[in-house]
Parts: sequence; structure tokens; C-alpha cells
Amino acid sequence: MPEFRDEIRKRLAPLRLEATREAAIVEELGQHLEDRHAELKGRGTSEQQAYDTVLAELDERDLLAKGLRRMERQPRVEPVPAGGPWHGGFAAHLGQDLRYTLRSLRLSPGFSTVAVLSLALGIGANTAIFQLLNAVRLRSLPVRNPEELVYLKPSNSHGRSGNFRGSFSTFTNPIWEQIRDHQQAFSGIAAWNSTSFNLATGGRSRIARGIYVSGDFFNMLGVLPAAGRLISSVDDTRGCGLPGAVISFPFWQREYGGNASAVGSKLTLDGHPAEIIGVTPAGFYGMEVGNSFDVAVPVCSEALIDGEWKVLDRRDGWWLAIVGRLKPGWTPAKATAQLESISPGIFQATLPDRYKDKEAKEFLAWKLAAYPASAGISNLRTEYEQPLWMLLAIAGTVLLIACANLANLMFARANAREREIAVRLALGASRTRLLQQLMMESLLVAAIGAAAGMVLAQVLTRVLLSFLTTRGGQVQLDVTLDWRVLGFSGLVALITCLLFGLTPAMRATATPPIVAMKAGARGAIGGRDRLGMRRVLVVAQVALSMVLLVGAFLFVRSFQKLVSVDAGFRQTGILVTELDFTQLNIPLEARNSFKQQLVDRLETLPGVESTAGVSIVPVSGNGWNDSVHTNASGEELQEVSWFNRVTPGFFKTMGTPILRGRDVSLSDTLNSPAVAVVNETFVRKLFKDKDPLGQTFKVDEGAGKPESVYQIVGVVKDTKYRTLREELTPIAFVPRGQDKHPDTSCTIVMRSDLPLDSLTTAIERAVGEINPAILIQFTVLKTQIRDTLVRERLMASLSGFFGVLAAILTTIGLYGLISYMAARRRNEIGIRMALGADRMRVLQLIMGVAVELLGIGLVAGAALSWWSSRTARSMLFAVKNTDPAIFAAAVALLAIVAMTASFLPAQKASHLDPLEALREE
Amino acid sequence: MLDRELKKGSAELMILSLLEDRARHGYEISKLIETRSGGTLRFNVASLYPLLYRLEDRGWIQGRWTEKQGQRRRRYYKLTAPGRKVLRAQRNTWQSFVAAMSRITGLENA
Repeated sequence: MPEFRDEIRKRLAPLRLEATREAAIVEELGQHLEDRHAELKGRGTSEQQAYDTVLAELDERDLLAKGLRRMERQPRVEPVPAGGPWHGGFAAHLGQDLRYTLRSLRLSPGFSTVAVLSLALGIGANTAIFQLLNAVRLRSLPVRNPEELVYLKPSNSHGRSGNFRGSFSTFTNPIWEQIRDHQQAFSGIAAWNSTSFNLATGGRSRIARGIYVSGDFFNMLGVLPAAGRLISSVDDTRGCGLPGAVISFPFWQREYGGNASAVGSKLTLDGHPAEIIGVTPAGFYGMEVGNSFDVAVPVCSEALIDGEWKVLDRRDGWWLAIVGRLKPGWTPAKATAQLESISPGIFQATLPDRYKDKEAKEFLAWKLAAYPASAGISNLRTEYEQPLWMLLAIAGTVLLIACANLANLMFARANAREREIAVRLALGASRTRLLQQLMMESLLVAAIGAAAGMVLAQVLTRVLLSFLTTRGGQVQLDVTLDWRVLGFSGLVALITCLLFGLTPAMRATATPPIVAMKAGARGAIGGRDRLGMRRVLVVAQVALSMVLLVGAFLFVRSFQKLVSVDAGFRQTGILVTELDFTQLNIPLEARNSFKQQLVDRLETLPGVESTAGVSIVPVSGNGWNDSVHTNASGEELQEVSWFNRVTPGFFKTMGTPILRGRDVSLSDTLNSPAVAVVNETFVRKLFKDKDPLGQTFKVDEGAGKPESVYQIVGVVKDTKYRTLREELTPIAFVPRGQDKHPDTSCTIVMRSDLPLDSLTTAIERAVGEINPAILIQFTVLKTQIRDTLVRERLMASLSGFFGVLAAILTTIGLYGLISYMAARRRNEIGIRMALGADRMRVLQLIMGVAVELLGIGLVAGAALSWWSSRTARSMLFAVKNTDPAIFAAAVALLAIVAMTASFLPAQKASHLDPLEALREE
Repeated sequence: MLDRELKKGSAELMILSLLEDRARHGYEISKLIETRSGGTLRFNVASLYPLLYRLEDRGWIQGRWTEKQGQRRRRYYKLTAPGRKVLRAQRNTWQSFVAAMSRITGLENA
């Protein structure tokens, strides 16, 4: 059969058709001519004659060239092969590319699964943390026009003394009334305070979260009742008693099943009956983010509820926070200016009587200022904003490492498809189209990963929230999805997609087809250049995971140190029982002996080793301090010392050794000289380590009152007082029998090996026998201490988790690269071995690369860690951020894991059969 | 052989008609035209394919490479929906044209 295709090609050449188009025409016409040739021959025409006829028909009056020229000049709209030239922009090919991508992803389930899973994890973790940040930091309060809200604070308040209540104890009630009456900047202004109420009337306490609100609080925020009515200005007047309580929507649902009859029914708040007058709407949680409330009562009712301990009229009773709504056209700056102008008058009128000299001068110089409060105010924010940003950075880095792995995978995939891409380019596919198709793959993987990540994030956020929740209170955060979270995840997905998809795609389509096709056929040492990019990725991974590992080690070590720090007392096996006998109306002078009676009763319970009364439970965050001075060492020394009031047996119960002298005793009463047991730091600072026994120190009791004088009767080992983090401070323990103003509550620490349940039941029964109206609350000391370490535990666990994840991802990356490299250098290794290289040489060859990459990565990582660990400095306890041991540990761990990961493929390569490797050539 | 211009005017109609029942490849189309016209009409490669491509370009027919068992890969053309409409319209026009010609020239059959 003669060959007509060349003849056709010759005639088409001047037309300069597109390569694929020309090939198709040549094929089709060639077939036609062959058929025609066969037909002619079938009729008996000679070979030569048939050939000439066919060619003559082809050349008939130049019809072919003319006809085609007219045709092919117009742009063609017929479907082009996948990757054909660009027509009609991105959208035109979207469907086609999407189908193509889905198909190609389905064909490599391994790659797809790994890619989607690692992205889902990375994006999920980032979204979860961002979701918390959003809830804590960014989200606006669910009230009317939150952007108009500001909160008030003195811009220059230093120390102040007095009585502090609640979490935002910024102002006293007298100051609040002055501000309310003199301000001009706000269309509405309100004060509030968070507190807790005991709902029980006896026995086990039932604690509800409460807020005191000024009359205009709900009105100013624009909150409307879900049922009944809310507290208004008419409820909040001096001497109001307890005019009514408003409950929150969740409390209404929880306690009353959302029943309308709840309005009008009675509640007991710290023993005082209150009528429920209304319910706040769902979603309203007050001004404090992260801490909702159950019951709200007017500020004026504090006088009744707190009774003899009321702070309502105290000029040194700090318990209120103030929030205002700016008048139209007012800014926080303008409001601050107005507040500053009225400040001197306000503070002059509310100066606490006992403030003298420096304290009074400072107080009178206070200036009020207004700060934006559209997102509410929050202790949670103060405490967790920095850790959360840091965790977001850590999670972001993990995602980056995951992206590097994916980019590596994409490189490998692009390599495997090198020939395919080359062929398509050679057939006339445009680079833009191919890029678009390759990017579609990244985009799709990122999109699926992000979607899965969003789902995962919802679970992770809940886990994180439960992390933050302590016995003291459930953290209440609105973590529903909003545009910020969605936008964040979308952005993260897009960035990751670009990160892991773009470079490999660019590289894949940049190789000239001819090179790619040749390289694909044989390659002794292939793709040095492309491998270079992948090396950089692995080095970056090593460096980044080194940073995360150093961070993880720092936080874990810091947490370990905190947990194992010598607090100076036993932390385990101690039960704290708080008894409240306000209801019993016991007169002041009988209270001390009643308290002792309670302690003695519990001491006799079976299984109890020892008990003691204490006013401040160690490491509970509470405290009482005073300025003490003495000249016992020959010079006048002054220090701020912490105080605690204890009964005999306290040190024994807590396991704190008495080093010298004696314990407080029952014979230390109001009628005997005031005595104190002090700790070692107290002795060191105030007595210069001289024998303090029998010596005295004095305490300032404020203006107009005589100083108290205490005689030291014993010295105990140092203990932590408020937190485990603090430095050791002077502490003085004074006998409870010498308390001149005993309150109506009694805290008892108890040491026992009995299971907790049977112990609490026994205590409840015993206390109930004394008087059923006594309220009881239990705390396990160990739990309470653990709750003070939530932040540290969060950082340690999460940074540890992310650190390990980073190390694993990096190991996978390194393993992948080394395996890939070993596979690509199969021929080279084969030749080397054939020429006499032994296994050891080959092993060295491969491992050499791994060591080099690891080395560069670790050095870069160490530098990066040194630089970035400074941000964590303030969050560490007893660990230096540049601790060489920790850096060494991170280096060692990464090195071991990484070397193991590289050893496997290297080992495999060294066991290569040279014959087999070469035969494949 | 008929005049070129006449052939060209009717060529489109012939090809569309031949594809009405089923898809055919180029060589088959050219053979059918030759046999059904009793050898009067002949389309050679040089005139047929530009015409096919033009019809395809207009969206009246669609060519597709198909492989049938035991045969080699060939490009089959089939009538598209727009092509079917065009065929109907051209048939009508042609019929009126032929009828008019008959009346004027006194020919019994075109």
C-alpha cells in the first residue's frame, strides 16, 4: 500500500494548521485515499495508474487547499482535547476541568486521602483555634448597636486598697453614683458586677452565677425581655431590699423548662427570697464574654444580700464595672475628655476615709477614661488572648509543614506525569490551560480539605472549650459559625492551595516537552533542579518542626515544673469543706467557738486523720495582705506579708513541718496576747535570719486605729500562698481564736484516705445534725490547684500535640524525599554497584543527603527557635526560653526520627540487585 | 458531469440527506453519492472534505473518531439537531426550486 500521508502533509503545510488539527486531517484523508486506491485496484487498474489517479484527485483544481484555507482561518469552536488551547476563559473549562480532576483524584486514592486528611487536620486545627479567638476577642456583643458601647476605667490607677469583689472590681458604688449623675457623654450608662448566689436553703450548696445590675443596665443595652419584665430604674433605689430577680434564658430553660409560670415564682439567693420578675432573651449573656449569668438583681439589693458584709456604701468597696453608650457623634476620645474634666470633683467626693498621704494623693489624681467595648469585656480574653494567638501561630506552622508535604507529593505526581504533560504540550495544549487544570487539582483538594476541616473544627472547638472549663465554672462562649470563621477557613484553604499547588504546577509545565520526553525515557541522574526545590521544602520542614518541638518542650517542661513545684504542703488527699451558717444568725462573740465546734465535730468522723479550720485555702487565688514592720534585728524593716487565720492542727493536716517553736493553740484567745506563726521567708526578710521566737512585729491597721502587735511563737517551712507560680513570700499564720470580727462561714481542710463520696456524705450528715440550715460546699484541693493551671495545661498539651504532629509530618516528608531520590538514582546506584561499590558506600551515599538536609534544617531551626521562643517567655515557669537542654532535646529527637526515616529507603537502595537495576534500562 | 456551481449548491443538501438515517464516514459518503447518482455525481477527496469541515463548523453535522470492532478507527459524521432543521428547510426550498424549474422549462423531471 503506498503511503499518502506524506503527500497530504505536503499539501497542508502552507496552511500552517494547528498540530492536532493537521494530524486529524492527515489521518482522515489518508484513510480516504487508501480506500480509493484499493477500490481502483479492485477494478483492475494498475498500481501506478491507481496511485496517479488518487493523487490527481487530491490535487483536483487545488480545491483542498482553497477550501481548507477559507475554513481554517475562522476560529474553531469544536471541543478541544483536554488541555487544548485556551478559549473563553476560566469558566468555560470549569466543568470539564472539574470532571477531569475528580477522575484523576479517584484514580489515585492514596494521594487523595493523604492530601485531604492532612489538610483537614491542619485547617481544622486552625479554624478551631480561630473560632475561639473570634468568640473571645472579635465577636460583637449581641446587643443593640454594640459599637456605641464603651467601658470606663481610671487611666492611671496604681494600687488601691480596700475590699474587692467580683471579676471587674473597678469602681465603688459612691464613685458610680457620682459618674452617673455628672457625665454628659453617654445617652445611657450602667454599672454591673459579677457574683455568685447560693440557691440552697440548707445542706449542699447550689451555686448560681449572678450579676448585680444598675437600673438602666438592660434598657441601655437595648435588651428586651423574653418573658415578664427586666430590671429598670424604679427597681434600683436606695433601701430597695430585694425587689425582684431577672433570670437568664438558659437558666429559665434549665430550671423551669421554659415554663411561663416561672415569672412570679420565688428564688432563694443566699438565703433571701426573691421574686422572678422576668427572663432575658436567648443569646444575651451580659457584658462579660465567656461568663454568662443565671440571675440578675439590682445593685441596691447588695445591702440586703450581703448583710453585715455589704460594700454598697463603702468608699473602699471595689465591686462595680461601668459601661456607657456614647451619644450620637461622640467618640471614646471625646468622652474621655469630658470624663477627665469631671474626674477631680468625683474623686474628691468619694475619697475613702482611711486613705492617707500618698494613697489619698494618688486617688485624687485619678482620671476617668472610656475604652471601646463593642466586644464586651472579658477576663478570659486577658488570660487567653496571647495563648490563643500563639496556638494559632503554632497550628499555622503545622499547616505550613503539611503544605510542604503536599507540595512534595505534587512534585512527585507532576514528575510521574511529566511525559503526559509533555505530550499534551507537544500536541498543542497551552501552558495556561494545563496550569489551570493542575491548579484545579490543588483547589479541589484544598476545598474538600477545608470542608472536612470545618466539620472537624466544630468538634475540636468543643474539646478546647471543655479544656478551659474548670470546676469553678463552665466557659460560655458563642462559637457558632459566622462570616469571620468562614472567611478565615476559606482564606486558609486558598493560601494552602496556592502554597502546595502553584510551584509544582509551574515547574511541571515549564519544562520544554522535548526535554521532558527524553528525560522520561532514561535518566541516570535525573531532575537535579526539581529535586533542589524539594530539598528546600524538606529543609524548611525540619526547621519549622524544630521550632514547634522547642516550643512544645518549653511549655511541657514549664507545666511539669509547675505541677511538681514544692508548694510546701500536701496537695493530695485533702478535702476542703466550706460551711456557711449565715442563716443561723449567731452573734459575733459566739462565732469563734461555733466554728471550733464544727471543726471538732468533723475531726471525730471515722476515717478522718486530721482537720483544721483555715480562712484562706492555699493556692486558691484568694489572699489577705498587710504591711508589717519590726525592728527586732536592730534596724527598722518593713515588708508586705500575706496572712492566714488557722486553727491548731492546720500544719499537721497540710503536712507543713513546724521548724521551730509551736503551733497555734486553742489557748490563744482574744484574752491572751496576739501570736503568730511565720514562715522561713518572713524570718529571712524581717529578722535577717535571727531567732524570731518571742520577737514581735506590728501591723498598720489604718488611720485612727492602734497598730496590732503579734508575738512570734513558731516558724514553719515556706509554702506557696496564692498561686504555684509565685515567688516565696512572707506569710504570717494567726490563730483563729483571736479573730476579732469572725464572719459566718467556716472553711475546714481535712485529710483522709476515705473515698470522697462516703466522706462527703458523712460530713453532710454530721453538719445536718448540728443544724440543717448550714450550707455546705466541697472542693478537692488537688482539683482546685489543677484548675489554676488550665492555661499552662492547655499550652503544654496543644503545643505538645502540634509538636509531635509536626515531627511526624516532617518525618514523612523526609522519608518521601529520600525514597523518591533513591528510586530516581536506581540506575546510578546500579552502575556504581556493578563497578564495585559495596552496600556501605551506597548507604553512605543516600544517608549523606539525609544528613545534609537534616543538618541545614536543624541549624536554621535552632536560629528560628531562638528568635521565636522569646514570645513565649512570659508564659514560662522556671524554664528559660533559650534553655540549651531543651534545644538539645529537640535536635536529638528530630535527628533520631529523621535518620530512622531516611535509613529505611537507604537500606532498601543498598540491597539493590545491580543486574536487575541495569536490565531495566 | 454536471456543472461545478450546480453541484456545489446542491452538495450540502446531498450530504445532509445521506446522514439523516445514520452516521457515515467520508469515503462512505462519497461512494454513496457516486452509486446513487449512477455515477453522474462524484465527489473527490479534495472537494468533499472541505465541505464536510464547513458543515461541521456550522454545527450541522458532527464528526467523531470511532473505533468499531474489527475495523480501524474512522471519523464518522452524524447529523446534529440544527443540521436536521437545515435539512428540512433546504429540502423544501429545493422542491420549490425544482417545481418552478419544471414549470418554466417544461421538463417533466428534474
